[in-house]
Amino acid sequence: MGNLHFMLDDLFGRLGVDYIRPPASSTRTLQIGAQHSPEFACLPLKINIGNFIEAMEAGADTLIMAGGHGPCRFGYYGIVEERILRDLGYDFKFMMLEPFNDGAWAFYKTFEALSPGLSIRKLWKMLKVSFSKARAFDRLYKRALQLRAYEVNLGDTSRTLRQAEEILSRPRTPEEIEAAAAEAMTVIEAVEQDPGREVMRVGIVGEFYLLLEPFSNFGLEETLGHMDVYLERSVWVTDWIAPNRDNIIYGYPKKDIEKKAEPFLDQNVGGEGRETIGSIVMFAERGFDGIIQLLPFGCMPENIATSIIPRVQQEHDIPVLTLAFDEQTGRAGVITRVEAFLDLLAARRRSKAGALRA
Amino acid sequence: MRVGIPRSLLYYKYLPFWKTFLTRLGAEVETSPLTNKKILSRGVEVAENELCVPVKAFYGHCMALRDNGVDAIFVPRVVSVEERAYTCPKFLGLPDMIGAVAGPLGLPPLLTPRLNQREKPREFKWQLIDFARRQFGRSKLDAVAALESARLAQRSYQAGLVGGKKPLDLLPNSRFNVPRSRPPAEQRKRIGLLGHPYNIYDGYITQNLVARLEEMGAELVLPEMTEHHELMQAATDVPKQLYWSYEKEIMGAINLWTENKAVDGVVYVLAFACGPDSMIQVLIEHRARIHDVPLMSLIIDEHSGEAGLITRIEAFLDMLMRKKKTAAA
Repeated sequence: MGNLHFMLDDLFGRLGVDYIRPPASSTRTLQIGAQHSPEFACLPLKINIGNFIEAMEAGADTLIMAGGHGPCRFGYYGIVEERILRDLGYDFKFMMLEPFNDGAWAFYKTFEALSPGLSIRKLWKMLKVSFSKARAFDRLYKRALQLRAYEVNLGDTSRTLRQAEEILSRPRTPEEIEAAAAEAMTVIEAVEQDPGREVMRVGIVGEFYLLLEPFSNFGLEETLGHMDVYLERSVWVTDWIAPNRDNIIYGYPKKDIEKKAEPFLDQNVGGEGRETIGSIVMFAERGFDGIIQLLPFGCMPENIATSIIPRVQQEHDIPVLTLAFDEQTGRAGVITRVEAFLDLLAARRRSKAGALRA
Repeated sequence: MRVGIPRSLLYYKYLPFWKTFLTRLGAEVETSPLTNKKILSRGVEVAENELCVPVKAFYGHCMALRDNGVDAIFVPRVVSVEERAYTCPKFLGLPDMIGAVAGPLGLPPLLTPRLNQREKPREFKWQLIDFARRQFGRSKLDAVAALESARLAQRSYQAGLVGGKKPLDLLPNSRFNVPRSRPPAEQRKRIGLLGHPYNIYDGYITQNLVARLEEMGAELVLPEMTEHHELMQAATDVPKQLYWSYEKEIMGAINLWTENKAVDGVVYVLAFACGPDSMIQVLIEHRARIHDVPLMSLIIDEHSGEAGLITRIEAFLDMLMRKKKTAAA
């Protein structure tokens, strides 16, 4: 999912695990996934099922799935996925990786099962190094989201980003990673830019998977960048993994976001529901032109947020476009709505400027 | 103060408790009418499109209470009813969801005590004492007395359910879902009726399902007929403990019924887009299959029609009848 595979490639390489990276998610992945999943399970589960089937077709005999303790459905995905796949007749070994905070020992044991003889100390060291690499990737992606709006030659940023990813995926030692991170950043900063360009500033909020996996949202971020939209996003893989949730990549600690959400949603409702509300307030206060919320159809936490957004929109005077995705969603429909939304944002800017002159 | 309780969602579980508690604190309690076309269609209009039908109905019930001129609407935030578990996320966000439309709709103030015993058992007591003090200016002593009566009322409700009464027999003004006629006892089939009470017993949302089943020869077996702790015990027979309390009850019921051969068939009612049910559905259907218990999943939403429902349950009961005959032959 998203760029998570760079971190896992690195980590599994260190652990010496013989692993298979499933083929990148495709229309076929989604099709077989949707076919075997409950009708109103959320989109990520359907893609997951497809990924697992394709991984087993490629020869995997062990499946690992992350867990959780609710109230979002994600924590129970693994159990349901295992059931579905076994009922389809697949034979495999299945492991759930429960979050570190829910039990350090179980967390360690899962890795120890993959790499017998692994000590806690060694695991901790490996996780730290792999994590630092993932951080470097996230920094890169964040910068690319901002720079794309200013690129002179259409597609330069994305092309350069592939190069930078290449540079960053090779190193092994902490020192090499640090050097590669700096080099990758230099490469991406070197993209020819037009700093004087007038760009729209849009914040992307919503559900974790939809924000992080470009396949699930039709590469929306890249498309927006090519429409000269400067983007910031509220969710990042490494922010999410870091147990203290200080959100170094996003830039605003979780507890600050929750404070912003409090007048509208004073309760953790699972997933990113509360963060979505808090981030909309945050982006509005920072003067962004608009917000795009992405969610899988039927996502409980995001549906709660969507129910509350009209009030946030009104009190903070910020337009929000909500886009829900399932296996029926088509790219053209999404792009049309996004274009209309951007037109609206541009009109708002003009009328605000007009009001100032008058 | 006239306090309105929406006849929706957790009403079907906790009305005796809440009504007694609020009355003892000095409130005049009023419930909204039975769900009807107007209530549901107004709810559908106001609520976010992707929500499940019972939550949409809840919006409509709040509007009905506003029209009746209550001074406040009781929308508790039921975060957790036991350790290490939650209720459905939508119950966690409900006061904020209703709060977001309260202004535009002109709803009266909402009473939203936060009930959460995820970290510690018996926290409800302190949370409700605090609520009684802040909202009603009542002393701790008064609150404890009100809690005690509320607990008794709830206990007698639950004892009635375990004794075989249906929630609708015991809740006030709920004469709904009464079968017009029933086949003689020896021709009846034992049908386990599985699903959330706020769907099953809302005669408008599920098109009088309870009465229709009984008319067609079902002898209903309900999760509420089993002692709560037995349900919870049975619910532990899953690969990873569920973290939604109300889904645990459903899971516990199917585990018990299949284990004890307590039913001839199961009708499982789910609301379209119900998050937790979309997960346990897979486990429930698997469980019924390996124990060879016929199960029909009935998915409902605001567009469900009665004719379609009747056809499906008729076909299901016919199938059970044939199965019995084949087995006998």
